[in-house]
Amino acid sequence: MSTQPAIGQSISRLEGFEKVTGSAKYAGEYNVPDLLYGYVVNSTITKGEILNFNADAALALPGVIKVFYYGNRPSLAWFNMQYADMDAPPGTPFRPLQDAEIKYNGQPIALVVAESFELAKYAATLVKVDYKEETFTTDLIANQASARSPKVGLATALKPPPPKPVGDFEAAYDTAFAKASGKFIHGTEHHNPLELFATTTIYEGKGKVTIYDKTQGTVNCQLYVGNVFGLHFKDVRVISPYVGGAFGSGLRPQYQLFLSVMAALELKRAVRVTLDRTQMFSFGHRPPTTQFTRFAAAADGSLRAINHTAIAETSRFEDYTEVVVNWAHMLYPAKNTLMEYKLVPLDVFSPLDMRAPGGSTGLHAVESTMDALSYQLGIDPLEFRLINYAEKDESTGRPYSSKELRKCYEEGAARFGWSERLPQPRSMKRGNKLVGYGMATGIWEAMQLPARAKALINAEGKLEVSSAVTDIGTGTLTVMTQIAADTLGLAMDDVTFSYGDSKMAFAPIQGGSFTVATVGSAIKAAGLALAKKLFRKAKQMQNSPLGKAKFEDVEFRDGLIALKAQPKAVIALKDIVSANKGRAIQSTNFNLPKVMKLKNYSRAAHSAAFVEVEVDEELGVINVTRAVTAVAAGKIINPKTARSQILGGMVWSISKALREETITDHNFGKYMNQNLGEYHIPVHADIHELDVIFVEEKDDIVNELGSKGIGEIGLAAMPAAIANAIFHATGKRINRFPIHLDDLM
Amino acid sequence: MMDQQLISTSFTINRKEYKVSVAPWSSLLDVMRETLDLTGTKKGCDHGQCGACTVLINGKRVLSCLTLAVMKEGAEITTIEGIAEDGKLHPLQQAFIDHDAFQCGYCTPGQICSAIGMLQEGKAQSRAEVKELMSGNLCRCGANTNIIDAIMEIKEGAAHA
Repeated sequence: MSTQPAIGQSISRLEGFEKVTGSAKYAGEYNVPDLLYGYVVNSTITKGEILNFNADAALALPGVIKVFYYGNRPSLAWFNMQYADMDAPPGTPFRPLQDAEIKYNGQPIALVVAESFELAKYAATLVKVDYKEETFTTDLIANQASARSPKVGLATALKPPPPKPVGDFEAAYDTAFAKASGKFIHGTEHHNPLELFATTTIYEGKGKVTIYDKTQGTVNCQLYVGNVFGLHFKDVRVISPYVGGAFGSGLRPQYQLFLSVMAALELKRAVRVTLDRTQMFSFGHRPPTTQFTRFAAAADGSLRAINHTAIAETSRFEDYTEVVVNWAHMLYPAKNTLMEYKLVPLDVFSPLDMRAPGGSTGLHAVESTMDALSYQLGIDPLEFRLINYAEKDESTGRPYSSKELRKCYEEGAARFGWSERLPQPRSMKRGNKLVGYGMATGIWEAMQLPARAKALINAEGKLEVSSAVTDIGTGTLTVMTQIAADTLGLAMDDVTFSYGDSKMAFAPIQGGSFTVATVGSAIKAAGLALAKKLFRKAKQMQNSPLGKAKFEDVEFRDGLIALKAQPKAVIALKDIVSANKGRAIQSTNFNLPKVMKLKNYSRAAHSAAFVEVEVDEELGVINVTRAVTAVAAGKIINPKTARSQILGGMVWSISKALREETITDHNFGKYMNQNLGEYHIPVHADIHELDVIFVEEKDDIVNELGSKGIGEIGLAAMPAAIANAIFHATGKRINRFPIHLDDLM
Repeated sequence: MMDQQLISTSFTINRKEYKVSVAPWSSLLDVMRETLDLTGTKKGCDHGQCGACTVLINGKRVLSCLTLAVMKEGAEITTIEGIAEDGKLHPLQQAFIDHDAFQCGYCTPGQICSAIGMLQEGKAQSRAEVKELMSGNLCRCGANTNIIDAIMEIKEGAAHA
């Protein structure tokens, strides 16, 4: 593990031992003394108000401590703004147990607190609630006529609205040589990380709490709890060492956090609230979205006109938005474009970013319309993309900081064997199975946010680095350790990275594929500042061999500072600490994206997905037999964990295209398949050969590491590639996800 | 309901004997996680749909969320905490690390216990059969191919031995 540099090495996850032996503890697993258990009661109606709330039968059971509901909850912050977290969309945040009003089916309306989990769960069934029901609307498709433009707010900064129209779309489309259009329908999806949402709050006395929470943002939750409960931020500590998956569901504080903290403060005892699987369907979700596309091209294959419209669900209280329709013109040049994005507020909970939000939705429509147009033109789908390859971001006119998409196409096609594809649909067979090849392009913005990091050299000369960031399974611990090691030329074994604690240096929420760029760059900045500090102190030491050297004249390696010109002139880092009277030497640094430089460039990771499907002629059964995803994402810090990120995105692609959907019964406004037996995700038997390629891409602009995020890009291209492969196999263009066997019979 | 008598039950978990007084409706999973502080076994659904709670009981893989603790009087139970011996990882645990067969790690204890049970059953001959017989264990991170690679390494190693 001492190979230098650490960046670029395939290193196994540093928390591997804990995860394979069961010693990794998740938020709901801190069995502290005197723990109470809370169980949530959810509304069974969709809209209306609570008329009567009766918990007498529950409270009569020995061991039931209290039943919280809107009528007896403690007084809380007054202003809606105080409930707004870092990821809150424009609108009014949901306030649990606020009043008698029911805004959506499954809304938390009470918390039963008891001495044991079993007792709390049973007592929750004894709570009697009478409602006054009102009529409600939950059906996006039936209410598209009421779509309107989204409200604008602070959160809009990271989610730009559609680009303004260019040229005259209608005229260009009407007169074009070849046209393709589509209506794309996506249902609701729920993140469903395998770990259930849980919070364990330990009451420390005097308005102080320590909270183990399942989240993607320890600081986000700390600020939320402080604001809502009127606590000093320093008295709220949120710890999240292991997170059993999140995929966006932990970007906002979830209601179990609120309920657990409320009960702990009121009862002055430790309280754990764990949701059950059904309750995992009672908060944020990927919104159902309907899209319309019309693309047109000239006879030579050059795109002339692009129209992409999306209509998505949001709640009545917040305008959640996604970037759905901005991608086509980032990928392809056309002189006439028209992009629109609208919302339909419905009686549901606010949607929430879910892996590749917007991108996986929009690119399905873009890339399947491109596919359809390629058949209209009689041009190979890959060739069609190359004809329309954008050297710059056509939607803004800015150059890309780097873009090696061409290499993705070339290396992906070669690995997959795209040249063996016969152009005609239904022309390839294997026994009684139709075989189809499909491809698609992917893109995801490479963002960076401000963050802090702390770096410290201890008395043993070892580097300790810390950040409040979480590791939701993406490999953050491992890659941050790699980045830190290289800042001082240390072996991985001589570096520790501490994380997942709001007490540590500020990090924003972990999402959007911006964690490496954001926290990694902060660590690099802190490491560099620490190196300079060590160098200054080393020069001041008696008989320092560094003499009058400048910082540029030295290198850090093997726990030493050495003169480049005289490799034997060295000072050990631990000796610098000794000379500092044994006091650790540290630096905490705030790192900002270089906005003035960055604003001149578009920054994005790109990918190309190639998919083979087999479709049973008689039964319509669809099987993704093999797939290749080639990714251009700048510097890959750890190819091993990075490959797993892309593999995860590929499995999600299969899930999105062929499996998962939350189905609503609009007569009741209620989800019908709120369990893992009926909410289908791929099982091992569904997953076959998956291959990942990272192409070489150098980027000196995007951030200090030259690295673009990869959490979403694996899910950007492949869902469309699957739909395109199904068309190639069967001649049927199915634009509704998930595609099921009955669509093909 | 709750004033009913607790039932005294004894079993062995990871070579250690436990005597517990439990309600007759308490699942083995909840007893382990909430009472015995054996939190390595995970709860993902509580309905037998995800496999995260898989443990080995008398050598066979069992969903502990669908098992009442009182049913297991005298049983020998092995959880993820008992797969490594004296701090030395079981070869399958090492294979999971080597193949990056987990991301968030939450399904991992169930995958490992299930795979050990599956290999002992001896039914799966091919990779396709291993995938089929491991399909009761969901992985939401999408580590599926790495999980099967890890299991196949151990299965083929055992076949060569």
